[in-house]
Amino acid sequence: MSTTVATKNPSPAPAAPQRPRRSLVGQVLARPEIGAAAAAIVIAIFFLISAPAFRSLAAVSTVLYASSTIGIVAVGVALLMIGGEFDLSSGVAVTTSALTAAITSYQLSLNVWVGVLVSLVVALAIGFVNGWLVMRTGIPSFLVTLSTFFVLQGANLGVTKLLTGTVATTNISDMDGFASAQAVFASTLTLGPLNLKITVIWWLVFTLVATWVLLRTRVGNWIFAVGGNQASARAVGVPVRKVKIGLFMGVAFLAWFLGMHLLFAFSTVQSGVGVGNEFVYIIAAVVGGALLTGGYGSAAGAAIGAIIFGMTTQGIVYAGWDPNWFKTFLGVMLLLAVLVNLYIKNVAARRV
Amino acid sequence: MTDTIAEHADRDLKAGAPLIEMSGVGKVYGAIRALEGVDLRVNAGEVTCVLGDNGAGKSTLIKIMSGLHSHSEGKFVVDGEEVTFGSPRESLAKGIATVYQDLAVVGLMEVWRNFFLGSEIRKGSYPLAPLDIKAMKRIADEELQKMGIHVKDIDQPIGTLSGGQRQCVAIARAVYFGARVLILDEPTAALGVKQSGVVLKYTAAARDAGLGVVFITHNPHHAYLVGNHFIILKLGRRVLDRKRSEVSLEELTAEMAGGQELAELAHELKR
Repeated sequence: MSTTVATKNPSPAPAAPQRPRRSLVGQVLARPEIGAAAAAIVIAIFFLISAPAFRSLAAVSTVLYASSTIGIVAVGVALLMIGGEFDLSSGVAVTTSALTAAITSYQLSLNVWVGVLVSLVVALAIGFVNGWLVMRTGIPSFLVTLSTFFVLQGANLGVTKLLTGTVATTNISDMDGFASAQAVFASTLTLGPLNLKITVIWWLVFTLVATWVLLRTRVGNWIFAVGGNQASARAVGVPVRKVKIGLFMGVAFLAWFLGMHLLFAFSTVQSGVGVGNEFVYIIAAVVGGALLTGGYGSAAGAAIGAIIFGMTTQGIVYAGWDPNWFKTFLGVMLLLAVLVNLYIKNVAARRV
Repeated sequence: MTDTIAEHADRDLKAGAPLIEMSGVGKVYGAIRALEGVDLRVNAGEVTCVLGDNGAGKSTLIKIMSGLHSHSEGKFVVDGEEVTFGSPRESLAKGIATVYQDLAVVGLMEVWRNFFLGSEIRKGSYPLAPLDIKAMKRIADEELQKMGIHVKDIDQPIGTLSGGQRQCVAIARAVYFGARVLILDEPTAALGVKQSGVVLKYTAAARDAGLGVVFITHNPHHAYLVGNHFIILKLGRRVLDRKRSEVSLEELTAEMAGGQELAELAHELKR
């Protein structure tokens, strides 16, 4: 009886129905970062019109620099969010990294590069602990990293006070290795009339690497899968735990990188800074099209999100307005981004 | 459609050869006994149906076979070798593929990415080696077309396919990657009549290609259409174990509906 069921299916006329190629408009609209790109253009035009100082080359380099300091960490945060997790500790982890490097090299009178490496290990350990706790306990990453956030915030102040007696680290600019570390993390390149901070280059590199990993490698496939449907990914053999812990460590690595930039740009670190930046990174990723629920988003989107915030923080200053309004703008942008993303996702899903 | 399944099926599979044998398998979660003393045999080229109400222990049984949990008592033999799986990868390596009802695929990902998820084709074996996207798209497209699943665009998110099509893609994927035992967890539970028919046809095709199929369901009608052997679980114990020739659809339905209990209930409610 069942054999009839199987063979009765007259291999439905192999002449596959002609597929309509997806239109170019459809393909473009289906990209996660399209909403952010449109918003970035509107905001650029807005400031170009309303703030004359915004039109100079100097402004371009300032905006790019501001964007890069947000964008470097935001790329990692975007990948983590695509993988379905959340990191609230990234803002203070930046400060922790910078403090660790500064205090280690100064207190032990070592080459600053030793401090840089020790700090890298510490940062990766923080990322690992975040990821391991989330996977081991099953507690939402929101709560785990909220705890890490407070632990680090307290430790930043406490340890610095304990070891240096003040709330900032001692200036390390005359120590061994400072010049070479500064060249890597905090130098300025002159490209014709344009002065470009090296962080802009690093930001571009990280974004390109992340995009490539996400779309062109197996790990990228797994990141989308663990965020989109963790149980399903696990069932087909994706090492969910490794992928997620790796993503937390990726964010920690980028936080460390930004921490190194801040240290070598200013030679000293205030132990209380960084609080609140984690939200800026998250918002940049969300504005760039990452879904809060995971499984969708892009690294390029996070970069565009960072540009939007770079333009706004600087644009408000160039226009001569009260910079306190930036946070208000941040909130409005987040809400708009979520609405636009929702709308575009629905349109894209219908269009295919 | 049968062609492709037969094409990828393991040539060494001999109809009737035992692939999985369980004897007295049980599972204890802390103080809760989820499964007790289950004997089960999956032969190549046969469909073993496991029926049961909610909480009967069906999911636990699947989880043991697919490597999500390991059994705590009894013997679990695969291909003549006693095993205890620690992860889904170990089970997959033994050729046991599971297609879950609700979590067969990742909805937001493209069809081809889903097809190759966990078994991606790469241009090299070093970490971060690039994916061979062209080949994956081509193969996924060909395999699905051969099976009569026409997707508009291999790049479309799989969530835009119908429920039946998603199940079929998941089955096609399992077969393509050389599954010898196919575990189908409630494949027709959320589907309409027509979609269920499509899935049942694939189940039959997989059986005819020589695979051992474990078909888990609470629908005796669907089970009876494809099954060779029927097992009913109740509260973690096996209450019925019959070959197709030894049981009728009526018996199966009555047993599933509660059997003796139902009769008592009917008597009680009768005034």
